[in-house]
Amino acid sequence: MGALDVARWQFGIVTVYHFLFVPLTIGLSLLVAVLQTIWNRTNDESWLRLTKFFGKLFLINFAMGVVTGIVQEFQFGMNWSDYSRFVGDIFGAPLAIEGLLAFFLESTFLGLWIFGWDRLPKKIHLACIWIAAIGTVLSAYAILVANSWMQWPVGFTIDQATGKARLTDFGAVLTNKVAIITFFHTITASIFTGAALLLAVSLWHLIRKGAADADAPVFRRSSKLGAWVVIGALAGVFITGDIQGKIMTDTQPMKMAAAEALYDTSQPAPFSILTIGSLNGRQEVFAIDLPDLLSFLATGSFHGKVQGINDIQAEYEATYGPGDYTPNIPVTYWGFRLMIGFGILGGLVALWALWAMRRGRTPTNRWLARTAIVLPLLPLLANSFGWIFTEMGRQPWVVFTQMFTRNGVSPRVSTGEVVTSLTVFTLLYGVLAVVEVKLLLKAVKAGLPDVTPRPAGPGEPGEDRPLAFAY
Amino acid sequence: MHLPTLWFIIIAIFWTGYFILEGFDFGVGILLPVLGRDETERRVLINTIGPVWDGNEVWVIVAGGATFAAFPDWYATLFSGFYLALLLILLALIIRGVAFEYRGQRNDATWKARWDLAIVVGSLVPAILWGVAFANILRGVPIDSHKEFVGNFWDLLNPYALLGGLTTLVLFLLHGAIFLALKTRGEVRDRANRLASQLGIAAVVVAVAFLGWTAGIRVTAASATLSVLAALALLGALLANRMKREGWAFAGTALTIALAVVTLFTALYPDVMPSTISAANSLTVDNASSSHYTLKIMSWVAVVFTPLVLLYQGWTYWVFRRRIGVSDIPSSS
Repeated sequence: MGALDVARWQFGIVTVYHFLFVPLTIGLSLLVAVLQTIWNRTNDESWLRLTKFFGKLFLINFAMGVVTGIVQEFQFGMNWSDYSRFVGDIFGAPLAIEGLLAFFLESTFLGLWIFGWDRLPKKIHLACIWIAAIGTVLSAYAILVANSWMQWPVGFTIDQATGKARLTDFGAVLTNKVAIITFFHTITASIFTGAALLLAVSLWHLIRKGAADADAPVFRRSSKLGAWVVIGALAGVFITGDIQGKIMTDTQPMKMAAAEALYDTSQPAPFSILTIGSLNGRQEVFAIDLPDLLSFLATGSFHGKVQGINDIQAEYEATYGPGDYTPNIPVTYWGFRLMIGFGILGGLVALWALWAMRRGRTPTNRWLARTAIVLPLLPLLANSFGWIFTEMGRQPWVVFTQMFTRNGVSPRVSTGEVVTSLTVFTLLYGVLAVVEVKLLLKAVKAGLPDVTPRPAGPGEPGEDRPLAFAY
Repeated sequence: MHLPTLWFIIIAIFWTGYFILEGFDFGVGILLPVLGRDETERRVLINTIGPVWDGNEVWVIVAGGATFAAFPDWYATLFSGFYLALLLILLALIIRGVAFEYRGQRNDATWKARWDLAIVVGSLVPAILWGVAFANILRGVPIDSHKEFVGNFWDLLNPYALLGGLTTLVLFLLHGAIFLALKTRGEVRDRANRLASQLGIAAVVVAVAFLGWTAGIRVTAASATLSVLAALALLGALLANRMKREGWAFAGTALTIALAVVTLFTALYPDVMPSTISAANSLTVDNASSSHYTLKIMSWVAVVFTPLVLLYQGWTYWVFRRRIGVSDIPSSS
């Protein structure tokens, strides 16, 4: 492996790892804000206990999201300097805007929220978590604008003098149809991710403690809230995903063909739930096919024509010169299916939980408790496979139709340097993952915290009274 | 206005903000075992920066993003060229950030000692390496005609750059000690105040030597004036510290750091990364910058949002203005 392959592996590893934490941060910040809002409205202490309990899980996760995020920004320049030179005029702006508009909001107001329990009036304290949550959503938009430009470059020209991309219409970049739909797809998936954790933890406690436990009514409420949000968010994920598929067929037909390993143009085209045969789908031993479904996913009509890989390959060779324009088919084919499959599984668990809690019932099924333990992993897997699909499906391009991935790598960074950074990041991230999971499990097992009543009166806390929250 | 110059100034402002704010965070982190004699005192130290360290760190993300947006070639050459140094900074910032959140999650002496070590090392490494990096930018590095850095990691460790690293380290230690004297009560405050006095002498010697050497490499009338002002601000900070006027002392070290950063940027202009191979290869505000259109849009964004950020970050410092003492620390969970 040369520096290019190692740099690609590094980008894949640190980005998938970073994106385990990002959707949890977005989803949980919104849900914690909702929990605290309900407490503010009802003054019912159980919502405060839920806010603090899930707030703690949120913070354990948030720390990892922040520190792994800095790597993302530095990595473009470190490993992909020629890419950075080529796209900087366009790609840099959303990154800078993300920092200036979103990260400052997130970090500052989250600091206020964490440490402000006894320093800020109740409503202002609530506003802080909402502002932080809005910051996370804004940051998602900014970075997706940047990524979508790589999928579907708009609002630019290639400067004749420098050979680099030059921005001509920033409005077009911000309203890129790929960016808009990907934003909604990502946000709904993030809410799904946060709600799955809310449901999983609540349900596990509810089943383990049983109906007689004092905290059972609280966990029942949060389980129900979590389950309904999972279902609502997933509905959003499917609708946005469906629209996204049609836009993708229009903008990146090769990616759609690769998603199905559809080699020959077909009308109508079937969708296979799974295929057993050669990994790249050229030879099929056994397959479960849903007739016409791919046509519908790609075009909106069950009789629509879907272009196959071979045709598109020939067309690209004619347009962009000789070369291999086909992405890695096993990765795209299975990535696409696993993304959808894990999403559906998450929805089924939520339905099962709702059924088990119907009309005041407290679930006792041990299998449901065991399933709850797996539940938080389902959206994380779906998110990861979705991104692996969409990024691998764009290959061999780093900027679709404009720059090959192999031309973006830093020319003067040695293989040894990239191997060094890949190794230390992988090892460090591995250790931190173990620590993080242990801490999350400890915090989950600790259960709902007791909330000491807040002191009456708006005055400042006395100097001899401990802080409400401290590291 | 000449937009590349405006963006050179804006990036200088972001770095100035970063070094003033995260400068004292780094100082507090390194001084953790020195000024915090027991677990409760160490928690006092960490909680002085608890609500703000993360917001302070965003300044470097914005500085990096702004460089990418406004000077893609500067970003590309710098980040790929200073590869291993930046890798070390990233690793340090990762373990440090995680340490703040995780050390209190378990009540176990070994656990806490390990995260304390992560805070010290995670603060020490960037406090030195940022100085090394900026000294090298000013001094110039081997850049070929394709705007590529052609040196290696060891080239960066020249005597002048090492003195730069020592300067940022000592300045951040002093800045952190004075911040702690300003933000704590009782014994920790007295100890921080005394330590600041001792560090002050070292800071004056190192900073004056570094600024003098800098003037020997690149100098303009403005940068020379600014270095003298930086030295005066440092002396003022030390005087205020002796008089136990902690607010003034902190303003003094903040001003020292600001003037030192501005000195470097003023001396650098109009280059952004001079080449030691040939002046023709140097990256400048003009040959490394983005298009006029991009810079125009980004100017509006920066002009509108930077003051807003300063406003709400300033408000955070107001909310958490109260000093922290041993009696404020709740018992561990």
